Amino acid sequence: MKTATATAPANRPITNFLDQEYSAGFETLLEADTLPKGLSEDVIRVISAKKKEPEFLLEWRLEAYRHWLTMTPPKWAAVSFPEIDFQDIVYYSAPKKKDGPKSLDEVDPELLKTFDKLGVPLHERARLAGVAVDAVFDSVSVATTFQKELGEHGIIFCSFSEAVQKHPELVRKYLGTVVPQGDNFYAALNSAVFSDGSFVFVPKGVKCPMELSTYFRINARDTGQFERTLIIAEEGASVSYLEGCTAPMRDENQLHAAVVELIALDDAKIKYSTVQNWYPGDKDGKGGIYNFVTKRGDCRGARSHISWTQVETGSAITWKYPSVILRGDDSVGDFHSVALSNHRQQADTGTKMIHMGRNTRSTILSKGISAGHGSNTFRGLVRVSPKAEGARNYTQCDSLLIGDQCAAHTFPTIEARNPTAHVEHEATTSRIGEDQLFYAMQRGLTAEDAVSMIVNGFCREVFKELPMEFAVEAQKLLGVSLEGSIG
Amino acid sequence: MLDINNLQASVEGKSILKGLDLHVKAGEVHAIMGPNGSGKSTLAQVLAGRDAFEVTGGSVTWDEHDLLAMPIEERARAGLFLAFQYPVEIPGVSNAYFLKAAVNAVRKHRGLPEFDAMDFLTRVKAEMKAVGMKEEFLYRAVNEGFSGGEKKRNEVLQMALLEPRLAILDETDSGLDIDALKVVADGVNRLRSPERALIVITHYQRLLDYIVPDQVHVLSHGRIVRSGGRELALELEEKGYGWIGDSGEVHSAPEPAGGAQ
Ligand SMILES: Nc1ncnc2c1ncn2[C@@H]1O[C@H](COP(=O)(O)OP(=O)(O)O)[C@@H](O)[C@H]1O
Ligand SMILES: [Mg+2]
Repeated sequence: MKTATATAPANRPITNFLDQEYSAGFETLLEADTLPKGLSEDVIRVISAKKKEPEFLLEWRLEAYRHWLTMTPPKWAAVSFPEIDFQDIVYYSAPKKKDGPKSLDEVDPELLKTFDKLGVPLHERARLAGVAVDAVFDSVSVATTFQKELGEHGIIFCSFSEAVQKHPELVRKYLGTVVPQGDNFYAALNSAVFSDGSFVFVPKGVKCPMELSTYFRINARDTGQFERTLIIAEEGASVSYLEGCTAPMRDENQLHAAVVELIALDDAKIKYSTVQNWYPGDKDGKGGIYNFVTKRGDCRGARSHISWTQVETGSAITWKYPSVILRGDDSVGDFHSVALSNHRQQADTGTKMIHMGRNTRSTILSKGISAGHGSNTFRGLVRVSPKAEGARNYTQCDSLLIGDQCAAHTFPTIEARNPTAHVEHEATTSRIGEDQLFYAMQRGLTAEDAVSMIVNGFCREVFKELPMEFAVEAQKLLGVSLEGSIG
Repeated sequence: MLDINNLQASVEGKSILKGLDLHVKAGEVHAIMGPNGSGKSTLAQVLAGRDAFEVTGGSVTWDEHDLLAMPIEERARAGLFLAFQYPVEIPGVSNAYFLKAAVNAVRKHRGLPEFDAMDFLTRVKAEMKAVGMKEEFLYRAVNEGFSGGEKKRNEVLQMALLEPRLAILDETDSGLDIDALKVVADGVNRLRSPERALIVITHYQRLLDYIVPDQVHVLSHGRIVRSGGRELALELEEKGYGWIGDSGEVHSAPEPAGGAQ
């Protein structure tokens, strides 16, 4: 274990710098169809009925719920928060609609305006940007663009609910095969109550011709968001998928407990990128999203490749460990992460690389940035099972501390049960100190320029893994998340 | 151009500068000498605007502006340059990127067009040649892993690129071999012009063999205790700083060699 805490003298430029405003924090007033607070088998039946789900799915949910009742929230993460009252959460809220929008023109203009403000390229902008977007607002998927064009390639990209209606056999075949219902407390909860999410299926041999993208937005009050995303790439298929997330500013904490499952068959490649900017709470730690997410990829086929890239700047608390099970021989797993925690934010994130096949390879590149009173924990597990002949892992874990009140911790764990395993680990800690800012400012740069220059330099290796247009967005987002007025 | 009157500054409650006066005209080069701990770096950092030092009294006027009221980066953009005694390492940021950002920030402020990548590279490579730095230093992180001498050359490079109107060199010569020392001196001499002023802080007189100062000042215990011409430096070299009393007052001996101001 490695812990680093900054010890520089307090200084003005840095402190001022870190007082920034969240720019996606507006609320949209919409008519919504909302269930009362609380969770029970009846609530689950209602959710399932509202979504006109097949019997197998209701049973699956109930099974998950019964399992969840026997579980307790995990306590091992380096995050602290008051106990969540799971009966005080709304488990379903949907913008009200008559018969469901048939095209974008029928979508509530208020809603489109919201996505507009967020810079979601729905509508014509999507076309220009060449990005297919599925937008999830509170619990339901609002619009999926580019469906037709993708359909011509045999690619299915739609909301999870739509997939349940139109492709129940695929859902049934793959759902829960990577993250089983009882996997962990939050995954079990999600399995019981998930309301929507995205579904992607890329058939054998097809290379998805465009970036697929989902934007998640929590709008309604006291609402938990429980999306379920399932991405399947058949033999030789490939797809790049990006999710972005925002939420309004509220004084109460809101729960987001998503599950993402990726399945790559022989020679398939899935690249999953996240730019997470849930509301982090104010600078005193009031409000913000609890982001408790289970993300796991299964390199089920030989030579398959799953790559996670995440830029985590939001949330009051982040608890997520996108992982890869390297089952197929010669399969490859990557994890590239930038996690920023400013003010009172707490991030406990990392990855697990489970090597099961022969000659499997994985790379972990983690960049943690802590500022203000933020705390950033990296947790990495590399497990090489006895049969994973010739497995290799390279882990690099870097921490950057801004100011003197923040903390960074790294917990790398290696379990190598095959003597041929080759596992390397490197870690560094650096700090943006007052002396560096002064030096840069003496050369004519502002404190903002200086910090963003240093932060971007620090994150470069991860940003270059993001699709081009999102790399720019991520860079801006980091700037915004750190910016403030220099007094 | 620079008028420092009765400047007093402290750090962490400890008084360091105790009423310092210094007047520098455009076109002049002033050398400041003095024993370790006398406040030379403090003076340099206060002029550059470092927060850690609190100005407790006095005034500094720079071209009719109240220098002490200007933000750090405004001073820099207006042409104040400090070559640091201990240049700072900035991991992850390439020297090229840093230098270009700095040069363009200053150019923009002066109403000059910003350099694009090509212009900048042409310019920086020429200057690097002049200070004897290999091009690879462009692509390394700012000062990271540089030797002491390489860091000082990098300071001189930045000074040349930023074309300051008031440059303060804080012991840029310390720890350098004679070749590097000449590079520093050459950098200063190339910058000399009727519109510019330079303050060269040095511990050793040997730098002044290459940079001929208009005035030499002795700083002791936070005050200028002696000022004179170049010969004052030679005298200091010969006699050391011992004759400057602990109180900061000049003892009776020796006689001022060149008549203090
Ligand atoms: N950051 C600081 N904190 C505390 N004391 C300091 C600091 N910087 C300088 N000093 C003190 O101020 C005095 C003058 O230091 P300095 O200006 O660096 O002297 P010089 O450059 O002439 O050697 C010394 O006694 C030094 O210990
Ligand atoms: Mg000094």
